Amino acid sequence: MILFDCGFDNGGDIDDDNDEFPSKVGKYKAKTELHHFCSLPILIRIQEMVVGLLNANPIVYKKKERRARNVPTVIDEVTFTPTIEHCSMATLIGLCLRVKLMRSLPSRYKVDIRVAPGRHATEAEVNKQLNDKERVAAALENPNLLELVDSCLEP
Amino acid sequence: MELLDGELELREIQKLEGHTDRVWSLAWNPTGTGVAGMLASCSGDKTVRIWQKGPSGSWDCSAVLEDTHTRTVRSCAWSPSGKLLATASFDGTTAIWERVGGEFECVATLEGHENEVKSVSWNASGSLLATCARDKTVWIWEAQPGNEFECVSVLQGHTQDVKMVQWHPFLDVLVSVGYDNSVKVWTEDGDDDWHCVQTLGEAGSGHTSTVWALSFNSAGDRMVTCSDDLTLKIWDTSQNPSETSGDGSGSWSHLCTLSGYHDRTIFSVHWSRDGLIASGAADDAIRLFTESKDRMVDQPSYKMLVKREKAHDMDVNSVQWNLKEPKLLASASDDGTIKIWELSEVSK
Repeated sequence: MILFDCGFDNGGDIDDDNDEFPSKVGKYKAKTELHHFCSLPILIRIQEMVVGLLNANPIVYKKKERRARNVPTVIDEVTFTPTIEHCSMATLIGLCLRVKLMRSLPSRYKVDIRVAPGRHATEAEVNKQLNDKERVAAALENPNLLELVDSCLEP
Repeated sequence: MELLDGELELREIQKLEGHTDRVWSLAWNPTGTGVAGMLASCSGDKTVRIWQKGPSGSWDCSAVLEDTHTRTVRSCAWSPSGKLLATASFDGTTAIWERVGGEFECVATLEGHENEVKSVSWNASGSLLATCARDKTVWIWEAQPGNEFECVSVLQGHTQDVKMVQWHPFLDVLVSVGYDNSVKVWTEDGDDDWHCVQTLGEAGSGHTSTVWALSFNSAGDRMVTCSDDLTLKIWDTSQNPSETSGDGSGSWSHLCTLSGYHDRTIFSVHWSRDGLIASGAADDAIRLFTESKDRMVDQPSYKMLVKREKAHDMDVNSVQWNLKEPKLLASASDDGTIKIWELSEVSK
């Protein structure tokens, strides 16, 4: 389990009506606002976390397994600690994390994402959505949201 | 129906490749052509593929239904006549395809849901269609002449994303399950007045996380639900369905919970004609369960018959028994493939 500390400077207004993946991301389009949201420290930490995950689970190929092309499944859990209370931001950061994991790790990695307990008002709701792959898949089909996530991960 | 004696296993018959993204759902044509029929699959690649057993005995892709849905196709269902295929998509629409020989043509598009449609199901007579979506509603559509469909009711009640709808095998009773952890039973009061007659498991015996799927047994007096809470739950109705005067909702009660068998989310469950329950889960495995013959104090119980680890390289999203050959099972996965399995005895 790896702890991921996420500092965020909450400058603008945030639509906090619900904890669903935001479908309207118009207000985040301005480059300066994006920069505010996805600060370099966050990106570096996401990168460190992924590397940590890979290092914590080295793959040991046994002769028998290699012949059978049976690669062991790795199951891990990542906890992130958003320092802001706003639910929609935690969900968005969690989504960036989820996408980074999907793109960086082999498919046999099954990772559960958790908001650190006690730090967030609606952590159960945030966790549930981040770990619902159908909800994540649907959210990422929203081109605006995907563009936002992409610019966070590759500024 | 006599089951095979001895130790059983799922033997892989064939791996079907073609989809370019995860495969979400499968549906066997109830009538089909030839001995074992026709299989429809739907995918994140926005297409639906039709698979049929060729003269050589191997399954081939006989059609690709594309250029209609603009997003993931999440679920598909054949009408009881086998002539129509309904496909539900994240694009918010449900398309109706008509099969003419080997070709498919989109003859209707059902719009109305506010966001991603998750599931579609036909009733036993083919006169009604049900769909559900992330907008928390269940819609009931009436099939009219000329491939027209009219929405007759919008069912509110779920407090979150509805994951699946399924009609009772012969009564016009609809069950829906979802992200709010609930299982809801809906019936009609006459004159398109549909309402929720029961929400299962509220008194503590219910699921404690998202319910992903449900399946009825062939007798229609039991159903099984599967969940993110890692359990399967069997429910049964005390009312004899053939004795009801059309209400048929019965009074569903919790029969038993199968826990300790799965360690990751169970996405799919399907009850075969022979009484075998297949489950597909996020640990890449397929499991089969059957009612245990050893009775203790008259309490029905279920046991695991087969566990097929690494059935796929990634999550198993759908498991579906063939409707005509009860030992044939199809599975679909995040790895983009579909597999055909045969239940057989382990050769000693």
